[in-house]
Amino acid sequence: MTDLTLIPLYAVLVSLVAVPFILASDKRPNLREFWTILAAVIKFGLVLLLLPSAIQGETIELHLIEIAPGVPLALMADPFGVFFAVIASGLWIFTSFYSIGYMRGAGEKKQTRYFASFAVCLSATIGIAFSANLLTFVIFYEILTLATYPLVIHKENKEAISAGRQYLAYTLTAGLLLVAAAAITYYLTGTMDFQPGGVFGGLDLTAPLMVTVFLLFLGGVGVKAGIMPIHSWLPTAMAAPTPVSALLHAVAVVKSGVFGVVRVVGYVLGTDVMTAFSLHEILMVLAGITIILASLLAFRQDNLKRRLAYSTVGHLSYIVLGAALITPLGMTGGIMHIAAHATMKITLFFCAGAIYVNLHKENISDLNGIAKVMPWTMGAFVIGSMGLAGIPPLNGFVSKWYLAMGSLEGSMVIPVLILVISGLLNVGYFFPIIWRAYFKKGGPELEKHGEASPFMVVPIMVTAVLSILFGLFPNLFFHFFELASDISLSIFNGGTP
Amino acid sequence: MIETHLPALIALNFLAFSVIIPLFGMWRVQWSQPLAVLGGGISAILSVYGFITYVNDTPLRYFFGAWEPPIGIEFVYDGLSAFVIMVINVIAFIVLIHSGPISVKEFPRKRMAYYSVAMLMMLGFNGMVLTGDLFNLFVFLEIASLSTYALIAIGEKPAPFAAFRYLIIGTAGGTLFLLGVGFLYTVTGTLNIIDMTAMIPEFADNRAVITGTILIVTGIAIKAALFPMHGWLPDSYTFASSSSSALIAPIGTKVAAYVLFRVILYLFGIEWADLVIPLTWIIGVLASIGILYGSIMAIAQNELKRMLAYSSVSQLGYIILGLSLANPYGFIGALLHLLNHAVMKACLFMVAAHIRMKEGHSDISRFNHTYRKKYPWTMFSFSVAAISMVGLPPLAGFFSKWYLALGTIEANSWVFLTVILFSSLLNAVYFFRILEKVYMKDPFADKEIPDDQAQPDEVKPSMLWTTLTFAAALFLIGIFNVAIVAVLLNIFPA
Repeated sequence: MTDLTLIPLYAVLVSLVAVPFILASDKRPNLREFWTILAAVIKFGLVLLLLPSAIQGETIELHLIEIAPGVPLALMADPFGVFFAVIASGLWIFTSFYSIGYMRGAGEKKQTRYFASFAVCLSATIGIAFSANLLTFVIFYEILTLATYPLVIHKENKEAISAGRQYLAYTLTAGLLLVAAAAITYYLTGTMDFQPGGVFGGLDLTAPLMVTVFLLFLGGVGVKAGIMPIHSWLPTAMAAPTPVSALLHAVAVVKSGVFGVVRVVGYVLGTDVMTAFSLHEILMVLAGITIILASLLAFRQDNLKRRLAYSTVGHLSYIVLGAALITPLGMTGGIMHIAAHATMKITLFFCAGAIYVNLHKENISDLNGIAKVMPWTMGAFVIGSMGLAGIPPLNGFVSKWYLAMGSLEGSMVIPVLILVISGLLNVGYFFPIIWRAYFKKGGPELEKHGEASPFMVVPIMVTAVLSILFGLFPNLFFHFFELASDISLSIFNGGTP
Repeated sequence: MIETHLPALIALNFLAFSVIIPLFGMWRVQWSQPLAVLGGGISAILSVYGFITYVNDTPLRYFFGAWEPPIGIEFVYDGLSAFVIMVINVIAFIVLIHSGPISVKEFPRKRMAYYSVAMLMMLGFNGMVLTGDLFNLFVFLEIASLSTYALIAIGEKPAPFAAFRYLIIGTAGGTLFLLGVGFLYTVTGTLNIIDMTAMIPEFADNRAVITGTILIVTGIAIKAALFPMHGWLPDSYTFASSSSSALIAPIGTKVAAYVLFRVILYLFGIEWADLVIPLTWIIGVLASIGILYGSIMAIAQNELKRMLAYSSVSQLGYIILGLSLANPYGFIGALLHLLNHAVMKACLFMVAAHIRMKEGHSDISRFNHTYRKKYPWTMFSFSVAAISMVGLPPLAGFFSKWYLALGTIEANSWVFLTVILFSSLLNAVYFFRILEKVYMKDPFADKEIPDDQAQPDEVKPSMLWTTLTFAAALFLIGIFNVAIVAVLLNIFPA
């Protein structure tokens, strides 16, 4: 237990190693899913091994090989990376169980490809979490793009294919912008490393240059983070099977985007550069607009998954807003919301998937009376949606509270107003669903149906309970709150928490 | 013996085999291909050995028959020529192994002539890279060109027409080059590149030298298919036999690009080349237009080989753009891309050959999702090469673009940076279009093609492992690019 140096590498590789096994067990579904679950559990275990040192604010670094002159392919398990890795790998376990129930229940084809791509995605996500420099980040970022593509087009119908094309168009463009931004950064600073407080300190910079670099970065990570106006791939990508929407398009992929935003703001550009060139104002305005507009657009969606997708777009910008406030409390709130939104939104997507597999219903207008047949699922749905609206004691409240405190700390009132309005809008677009499910009378087609398969219901209940527990005790198990505030302080103090 | 005569051996070995092949081939025609492989193998091994041994040494000047210039013929074996020689000979060796079954199927009775001419073409290319004087460069250029016309003419029905067109355009290029050499000779009184380099500072603003330079660069640019002098290329690559396009496409235009490197960066040097006219800027702009034009035309093509041909026009642009930046990153990027693109294009043209062999066509609109089951490894190689062409990490294509991007930033050329990045997207369009067709059922199709009966039906092992070798090489070059880059940095002039 003394030497943890190689653990980040193992954590990245374990799901990649599982891929050949998954492919080889094509004909034996139970064995195939066993490999997925095994990889998920081992991955989570490895990430947990890194947690104690992360809580103490330590960073484990590992240089693999030189990938460009002077730039190594390097991993580092710093507190922020571990924070993200814990969430992504932990929720993968539940998603794996849920996937089994969903994919078999819905009778999906090509399940081997599905599980294999999923495993690659998780490797890439953990790789993003543990990237020690921009080039490593870019590499894993592009792998994630490619590995998600087969999942988006999984159904291979017209809708899925055009979603896939749109997805590639957005994410590949983003990748190129990121490459350009990284190249310029490297040229200016001579380093690609992520350092708390940024790498631009002490340089003679001009405003047009820095705005360009910032916008390139924003284009690069902003697509995956769903910042408007470059968010529209996300609702379209809901053509993918629901577990994909749940883990990748509510947690892994989109959180890689916001993770990237925080990395860029806190570890590349640095808070001083952000404020010196008013870059944080650009970010704040975009995030504010996204929060409000996405919530309004969510009202218009009758398709349940699309409504959840717009809700995701809005909530991702909470995190972006947290980074844009450039105050320690705001940053803490933003980072906390990465965890909070993950558990709640995955619950909601799980519910949507269970309803689809069990009752074959996708649209909100068809959900009348379903709480009677699926009481557990809908109960979890209520918890998740109330949490997203920011109602205490759920975990959405904690992060929102710190976001509000952060904006007041910076003597800004408008962000607080945006948060309040957005909370109300959240209630507004979730309430009709709950109202239909509980208070409207269902049609005759519901009679023969019961609750969904336990493979799906158990993960739903677990994530719902986690949403409550982390709301009541933000430091439970993984010390999320402690980590978040340490990360935030280290960004502002240039390395020391 | 090998040590001292290495440069000559590498090139002349091909000459020997171009004679040996007809001798044995008239007796047993099926020996032609193995003999060509043997010839290619010997040169490949010698050039790898030479590269490893001499790359960090001072340039090796080899005088034929110990006659020193200006009387004798000279080969110069320095870092740059050693690198390019290694790339083209190793690629040619692997492509020659791959070409066996194709030659039996596509031109069974012309095999002896084909492989003999292929050896002559390799002699020409090797000579162009190694030669130390401009006139011999022209001689080798003509040897290579004439053999190329012959190889291209062996193919489909329109192939002789395409070859004739190439002959007209190519001869014009050769003539311009020779004319340019004449101008330089009248002023400097020497044809030897090293001697001439020493005199350039005196004559750099001489009008005859400037005219000569423009003529030389134009002539070579035709051979390198630099936009807008690329007109001969698409037809030639499309209609030539699959083995010829796989052999010529990765190598031919690269050697011409190498000559541009030699002339602009070495013969003139960065500071003198741009003295009167902004030469590097002009070829940079042309290269950029070529990059975009080639990619857009590739998107419009429905025939795989033609699409790859236009893609070559575009990729050549990257190499020349890197040259025009005239800084270390641009230089590394260009040379790394020369290697990467040779591997990628060879792999892609080999895949096109597989499809032609099995399906009888390479018409993209008729590709369907059964290919995934019928040709799993071929399609895997295609995917790897395609993703590398798009420039996604950690494959080789990403890194050459990365260094080129750094080069454009160092040169403050934001337009060129945009071109490089934007064209990656265009590459993605034309490659993912095919991947989509091969890996997915087409939901827009009128009638569904059943894939239940599709059984693995791969090409012969000798074709398959060579293609997979290139695919694997793309991973290895990508991950271990630093080793190559370190060598390339050393050979940057000035």
